[in-house]
Amino acid sequence: MEEKELVIIGGGPAGLCAAIEARKKGIEVLLIDENLRPGGQLFKQIHRFFGSQEHMAGVRGITIGEKLLNSAIEYRTEIWLNSIAYGIFKDRIIGIVRDGKNVLVKAKAVIIATGAIENPLAFRGWTLPGVMGAGACQTMINIHRVLPGKKVLMIGSGNVGLIVSYQLLQAGADVKGVIEIMPQIGGYLVHAAKIKRYGVPVFLSSTIVEAEGKTEVEGATICPVDQSFKPLLKKKKTIDVDLICIAVGLSPLNEILYQAGCLFTYQPYLGGTVALHNENMETTVEGIFVAGDCSGVEEASTAMEEGKLAGISAVEKLKREKYDEEKQEIRKRLNDFRIGTFGEKRRIAKEQLVKEYYERIKN
Amino acid sequence: MKELRIDERIYRKMGSYPSEERLKKGPVAIIECVEDIPCNPCETVCPRKAIKVGFPITNVPELNEEKCTGCGKCIAICPGLAIFVLNYNFNENLASLTIPYEFLPLPQVDEKIKCLDRNGNYVCKGEIVKLVPPEKNNRTCLITFSFPRKYYNVIRSFKK
Repeated sequence: MEEKELVIIGGGPAGLCAAIEARKKGIEVLLIDENLRPGGQLFKQIHRFFGSQEHMAGVRGITIGEKLLNSAIEYRTEIWLNSIAYGIFKDRIIGIVRDGKNVLVKAKAVIIATGAIENPLAFRGWTLPGVMGAGACQTMINIHRVLPGKKVLMIGSGNVGLIVSYQLLQAGADVKGVIEIMPQIGGYLVHAAKIKRYGVPVFLSSTIVEAEGKTEVEGATICPVDQSFKPLLKKKKTIDVDLICIAVGLSPLNEILYQAGCLFTYQPYLGGTVALHNENMETTVEGIFVAGDCSGVEEASTAMEEGKLAGISAVEKLKREKYDEEKQEIRKRLNDFRIGTFGEKRRIAKEQLVKEYYERIKN
Repeated sequence: MKELRIDERIYRKMGSYPSEERLKKGPVAIIECVEDIPCNPCETVCPRKAIKVGFPITNVPELNEEKCTGCGKCIAICPGLAIFVLNYNFNENLASLTIPYEFLPLPQVDEKIKCLDRNGNYVCKGEIVKLVPPEKNNRTCLITFSFPRKYYNVIRSFKK
């Protein structure tokens, strides 16, 4: 069995940042990713990121992805692609299917950075070809350069729904509308304004009734809802679309953390059930760390900082060295980002998570 | 069905919208950013220190309209594509607006275009007057187009 000092599962922004930090400090790192290229969702983020200079604000996600990947290679990180971790067993033995073959790797420390998964939304006709997650559509248009439909209905007006609608316009699609069940949009007004000024309608207090079509999407029936979100079917109308994208939130992708025996809690502002972790990103199972969306859905900017924090904390554990100052700086940058109407709730949720970690680890 | 309407009054209420007097003086940045987003590259990029976000970075950017020369550096860096430069005095009859433009194919200088308001409604005809190619600003093209002056507070985009 192969033995590694640190194994990182997931090569997105959090995993790459964790790997770079650990390599900088001389730890042997194996980074595994199920895809054929690391970078997670960064390479489909063709838009500029918010933030400050330290957060690489104004830089496109795709550029950040390239920088991180180059840095990970420069620091000679061992990377296994097309490799899926299916379980973490006693003494941190990790089961991995690498290029179709089973491999066991024993790690002294593990960082889980598996990201998030799109939430589904069930409605009549939702299994028809032409109904897909907005993130999946974004991968198709921005990574594979395939436009999966020409006339689009977007369900959900969070930032994902708004940004992907804009990117669909860039890809040459006609976005017939965005529908939102709440009386106000979920994402930033600047993102809504970007599509509004090119004529995309954003329907509030409205929902999807049905995806029309026999063998594929040929239309979408939508209708307004009342104050208790009950569809007002008398006012329904059918719009001519061949693609329906679902952007109704993300959930942490954390099955492997369950399997490894980590304790969980429910935090709605972090996307659902999340593994408890302390201020060093360590879970209730000693030696297993988390970072990024799988520890609570936020943004790429926070995922990168959490990745660094988890990477440094893993080094501390392995080398019995202290990096308090560096960790404090990262925590400060994280808190700088977790402010405002959108970020404050996540900061509080993260604090509760850490508090609950200490309460439950005692018992 | 109830639709989201983008109303210019929400930007004017924020106070950092240039005054009527300043708008009519010549090129100036219009920052249509009203939410507490943790973001400040507009402040960092401004060579005249005319934009202030300060601390915390969720503050809404404030424009010092006297310091702003309308150079347009902030247009391309804004991740929200929320900054425009208006030149009310493009000529005696026309105003011009510079916007970030991220669509292909790019229009040509002198091309006739359809000017749109914040909600994408057609307002009037216009003409492309200048184009800073995408490679100058990390893949964001800056396009300046002209249109009848009276629409200076209305027009925010165009289509071919």
